[in-house]
Amino acid sequence: MRVYQFTEQPYYPVWNDHNGSLRVNLPNRKLDPKIAGDLFHRYYDEWMVADELGLDIMLNEHHQTATCMSSTVIVTLAILARQTKKARLLVLGYPIGHRPDPLRCAEELSTIDVISRGRLDMGFIKGVPYEFPASNQNPVGVMDRFWEAHDFIIKAMTSHDEPFNWEGEYFHYRQVNIWPRPVQQPHPPIWTTTGNRNQARLLGEKGYVMATLGSGYATRALYDAYRQGYIAKLRSAPGADRFAYLGLVAVAHDEAEARRRGELVAGYLRSSSIVHVPFRNPPGFLSVEDNARMLKGQTAPRSFTKDGRVIDMHRGSVQDLIDAGILFCGTPDQVYDQLVSFCAYCGGMGNLLMMGHAGFLSHEDTVSNLTIFAQEVLPRLRAYQQPAAEVTAA
Amino acid sequence: MNVASHQVSSVVINDIRVELIERGAGKPVLFLHPGIGISPSAPVLDALAHGARLLAPAHPGFGTSELPKGMNTVDDLSYFYLDFLEQLDLRDILAIGVGLGAWIAAEIAVKSSERLSHLVMANAIGIKVGDRETRDIVDIWALTPDEFNALAYFDPSRGRHDPKNLTDAEALAMARNREATARLCWSPYMHNPKLKARLRRIRIPTLFLWGSADRILNEDYGRAYCATIAGARFETIDRAGHFPHIEQPEEFARRVLAFADADRQKTRPARRASGD
Repeated sequence: MRVYQFTEQPYYPVWNDHNGSLRVNLPNRKLDPKIAGDLFHRYYDEWMVADELGLDIMLNEHHQTATCMSSTVIVTLAILARQTKKARLLVLGYPIGHRPDPLRCAEELSTIDVISRGRLDMGFIKGVPYEFPASNQNPVGVMDRFWEAHDFIIKAMTSHDEPFNWEGEYFHYRQVNIWPRPVQQPHPPIWTTTGNRNQARLLGEKGYVMATLGSGYATRALYDAYRQGYIAKLRSAPGADRFAYLGLVAVAHDEAEARRRGELVAGYLRSSSIVHVPFRNPPGFLSVEDNARMLKGQTAPRSFTKDGRVIDMHRGSVQDLIDAGILFCGTPDQVYDQLVSFCAYCGGMGNLLMMGHAGFLSHEDTVSNLTIFAQEVLPRLRAYQQPAAEVTAA
Repeated sequence: MNVASHQVSSVVINDIRVELIERGAGKPVLFLHPGIGISPSAPVLDALAHGARLLAPAHPGFGTSELPKGMNTVDDLSYFYLDFLEQLDLRDILAIGVGLGAWIAAEIAVKSSERLSHLVMANAIGIKVGDRETRDIVDIWALTPDEFNALAYFDPSRGRHDPKNLTDAEALAMARNREATARLCWSPYMHNPKLKARLRRIRIPTLFLWGSADRILNEDYGRAYCATIAGARFETIDRAGHFPHIEQPEEFARRVLAFADADRQKTRPARRASGD
């Protein structure tokens, strides 16, 4: 298993100083640029620690939010491409459906791939609902735009002999011929996220790495939909390396200390839902069928435990979150057992996207969390034998 | 009102099947609905069908109307409706639009008003009036449903619905209407930057009807819109907001029909003579 260290690079000092919305419309006067600089340097230091510990690195971006200062993830990628040595650099993600210019995306990502000497994993994402007011991209039809941007970027990265032309529904280019071209062939690996079974099946057909975020014991159905698509198209069962899962991690030698850290890391979940209500569901983000159910007051629970108990991921206790497979928390032995149990439930899950820092977890706690994990859990996870793909698929 | 009068039929234009409410007989009255759609039980429809042939289609993508791929602008819809009028061979049409429907009506009329006799624009969106940093129209997608109702209606309770009483079909239509509106109106927000300069092409008698309690877009916006069309009249309707056809259906229909009748008696020969 590979493990990617992830933090949203939060501006947590204002998490208790807002007017009901941490995203989109929280005035940026609340951010002190000097403190923001200190925090960025701290987060880069922690990624350097992760690199030295043998962890991989995951980066993301959000916009206009105190939950995540990384609004231009290409900047973070650029710094880490030069400064880190071994870690793979996963961007999950790059919101290509929002971008005005996918040619620029292809150039940026190819440059990162070259500078990092082939360590880039390209995660293309739709983006959370709150991104649409910020980008002003129409949420209706965004996935059509996403797929055209995707097709264009791949074509730009894999065309080497002569410039090509593109006159699509959304994008128009002439003389496309990107310099530099990526070093990984034919292009850096493609990852994406979903919480939707139809999309999971489509991703399976493409064979991309599919990540689910905090989906806990609702994950298996998504993975199985992916497996169906993969087998239908590629005529073999997908290995565990095709699956990724974003979970919160808090580990310490003392269980009580681990749970204290778990509470702080769970601050990510507690803060992420603090958004002005209309921004949570822009028109067209969900299907009309899902929206019709919501209009009738019907919403399916998103998080539940292995034995089917529904929990609220934004307010649940540390124990609830552990039971729901959202937080992996305890001593190294406990965390290993929880993760392996989750992998078995998934039928194989080869990439842990580890939120090893969030919210108010201090630098010292974060370094300790990463170090204990890397030294005492990671070696055992690497040796762990995932369920056989064919057995799972059968 | 009897049940039969609430029946909805459909019509196929260019392989696109759209819902159509049709009732009454006489001169054609085309009602183009706003973003929230139109219910066949809306009292304004019977009032408008008095002595006339009322046609109230659901725009492509709204209600149960089909949506072909690539039809994603009001410009597209206006061409759809030009074909609609041609295929049904409607002439001397009194065209009425509310909100988004008025924008569609204006986009039709600037292309061709050959089949139109009169145009009624109620609480119309569609043009840019203020400077680039001044919003003409409140961002409805930054509002909760309660906030929207408070700004859109004179009586906000008219906009509320009880989730328990919604049928599956009603909920699906509401969800489709919301998505279809955003498809057309997200950006540029609720307007076509090109439209204002084209409105001078509208030379048929035009009435702007304005629910005066509309706080989604205000009366100044309506008056500026009205001023771009030569000879257009501006009237307000009290105790009504953005949807005057819902809050004051009888008064709405009375004003519309009075405008058309008075104008037919008074100005039509001269207008005809001047040609389109």
